[in-house]
Amino acid sequence: MTDRIKATVKRGQVREAIEQSLIRRRKRNRRFRMLGLGAVILGMLFLGMMFSSIISKGYSAFVRTDIQLEIYFDPEVIDPQGARNPDVLASATYGKLVKAALRKAYPEVKKRKGKRKLYRLVSTGAIQQLRDLVLSDPAIIGTRKKLWLIADDDVDQYYKHGENQSRLKGRQLAWMAQLRAKDALKTSFNTNFFTAGDSREPELAGIRGAVVGSFFVILITLGLSLPLGVAAAIYLEEFSPRNRWTDFVEININNLAAVPSIVFGLLGLAVYINFFELPRSAPLVGGLVLTLMTLPTIIIASRAALKSVPPSIREAALGMGASKMQMVFHHVLPLAMPGMLTGTIIGLAQALGETAPLLMIGMVAFIVDIPSSILDPATVLPVQIYLWADSPERAFTEKTSAAIMVLLAFLVLMNLFAIWLRRKFERRWD
Amino acid sequence: MLAVDQREAFMSVVETRVGEPDSMKMDELSIENTIGKPLLEKKISMHCREVDVFYGDKQAIFDVSLDIGKNEVLAMIGPSGCGKSTFLRCLNRMNDTISSCKITGSIRLDGEDIYDPKVDVELLRARVGMVFQKPNPFPKSIYENIAYGPRIHGLTRDKTELDEIVETSLVRAGLWKEVKDRLDDVGTGLSGGQQQRLCIARAIAINPEVILMDEPCSALDPIATAIVEELIDELRQRYTIVIVTHSMQQAARVSQRTAYFHLGKLVEVDKTDRIFTNPSHGLTEAYITGRFG
Repeated sequence: MTDRIKATVKRGQVREAIEQSLIRRRKRNRRFRMLGLGAVILGMLFLGMMFSSIISKGYSAFVRTDIQLEIYFDPEVIDPQGARNPDVLASATYGKLVKAALRKAYPEVKKRKGKRKLYRLVSTGAIQQLRDLVLSDPAIIGTRKKLWLIADDDVDQYYKHGENQSRLKGRQLAWMAQLRAKDALKTSFNTNFFTAGDSREPELAGIRGAVVGSFFVILITLGLSLPLGVAAAIYLEEFSPRNRWTDFVEININNLAAVPSIVFGLLGLAVYINFFELPRSAPLVGGLVLTLMTLPTIIIASRAALKSVPPSIREAALGMGASKMQMVFHHVLPLAMPGMLTGTIIGLAQALGETAPLLMIGMVAFIVDIPSSILDPATVLPVQIYLWADSPERAFTEKTSAAIMVLLAFLVLMNLFAIWLRRKFERRWD
Repeated sequence: MLAVDQREAFMSVVETRVGEPDSMKMDELSIENTIGKPLLEKKISMHCREVDVFYGDKQAIFDVSLDIGKNEVLAMIGPSGCGKSTFLRCLNRMNDTISSCKITGSIRLDGEDIYDPKVDVELLRARVGMVFQKPNPFPKSIYENIAYGPRIHGLTRDKTELDEIVETSLVRAGLWKEVKDRLDDVGTGLSGGQQQRLCIARAIAINPEVILMDEPCSALDPIATAIVEELIDELRQRYTIVIVTHSMQQAARVSQRTAYFHLGKLVEVDKTDRIFTNPSHGLTEAYITGRFG
């Protein structure tokens, strides 16, 4: 051994040899650091591209275009009897008022085809606007009022993005120019987007239904997967005997975490809907399916958190005469809590962004109503994004991006909450 | 590393000597029977008879019989891996947590077999407290550290009684003056020596009969060690103490009796001054004179 060392480097050359190797080491060091930095920069670049694309496409969905029209609240149309019966007022055909106002504003349009094009400038949502006005104040009947009405999505796209982004043609473009000249077009904050459910009309579609659906689904997932997952982790880690049976369970839990999520959807379809006959499209079933999907994540994270509690704390508790149960609940669990909660929130964030399994249980249906219970048909945010991304109307593109922004905002909020929880519960024990 | 080398060197000496019957008296180095006085006549706290401990197939303790007297400090010394810590942990069944560990023979506390299936291990550990090598206070307040034992065992009826126990325990552990104004501070924020005294205070808060100490000073600096040693001497008035130590000086300073373990066997037990001045067994002598360790 010593002979060989002498043969490679002679005594007086040790210093030079080390210096040579130091140069090589430093080069390698620098290369590695550049590589790491490059990876980070590349990642940030793509993240920036994603965000700028989503935001630049989606921000315009938060404003909508309104058209100003002079509406005559014709008593003949709204309330021919004059009894001011709310039922009659609610069921009146307010569309006639809008059409009359449009005909009056553009008396030169005579043919049916032209009129139909004209009527299409204003959204059907205007009917609801007028109905709400009349119902809140019946005294308005018989008066004339200049009102801002929701514009159709084509007008909206034209006004926000210009001619290329709109289906408006020919005469419609001339009308738009006139409206613009009269200052009869403006944009306002799109409250509809946050208060309405889904709709076939892009200018009326909102995400409230999906947000409420997601909320119910996540609530059920949290309520089931946290206690089940934590209990399973505590049992497996602290109480179960080590034998072939528990090894088998452990392997299966680890494998379940890697099962494609759509398989859980199929399982949910077979078990919850076909066997237990729970309603289709319901947040209850969605929550149950996502619980199955989230459980392995929570169990694995919780077990890792339990394992990381130093054995000295366990010994201290046992040495005081604490029972195993007391040791776990008084000492181990509080120390493992931050890790468990972090794992849970990561699992929930995954569940919040999950689409595939929910498609299998019918949460992909077109649902206009906002769900009021966990048994009502509903959809969730990622599925809503999927549905809108699939819609042909141009105006749904910006809705899609806006819905992604809302989903990302929820995810960021959840992660911030996880960080806050960890900070709050974290205790040092060294 | 050095210790292992030395032991190997010594063992080779033992082997060659065994191989040559005329070179040395056999009984000096064989460990067939414990020499000295392992058994006592009266005032016995714990009886251990023919204790064997196995980890799986490997035997860690061979046929140890030893009495632990009331209000004495018994020091257990011996080279690394000799089984002294294993034996200590048998005394309050801390080895139960290791599933492969099996114990035969009998260990009795005040005449009661502690390995009897009817014995509650929680009660046993309340009667035989333990202080560990590395200070391990709970990551809670100083007050909560002490109050934990009395609370889980239901030893107090109200807050004033609990306050009293906390104060007495801290006074007895010599920590009261240092922490009385900051009982709500986290126990893990104290210095190493203070943490270990906090652990001792925590152990005596439930008034055990025996306190087991597993190298309690090995993680402490000399000044903290001196304080803890002094404390051990005071605690002897109320408690029986079994202490495992690597420091022969410590054994000599704090204990009345000393037991020397070697390769899982109890080689020699006697009054501490006798062990250190006039050991009967060749191995004991070799160890205390530093020929291997």
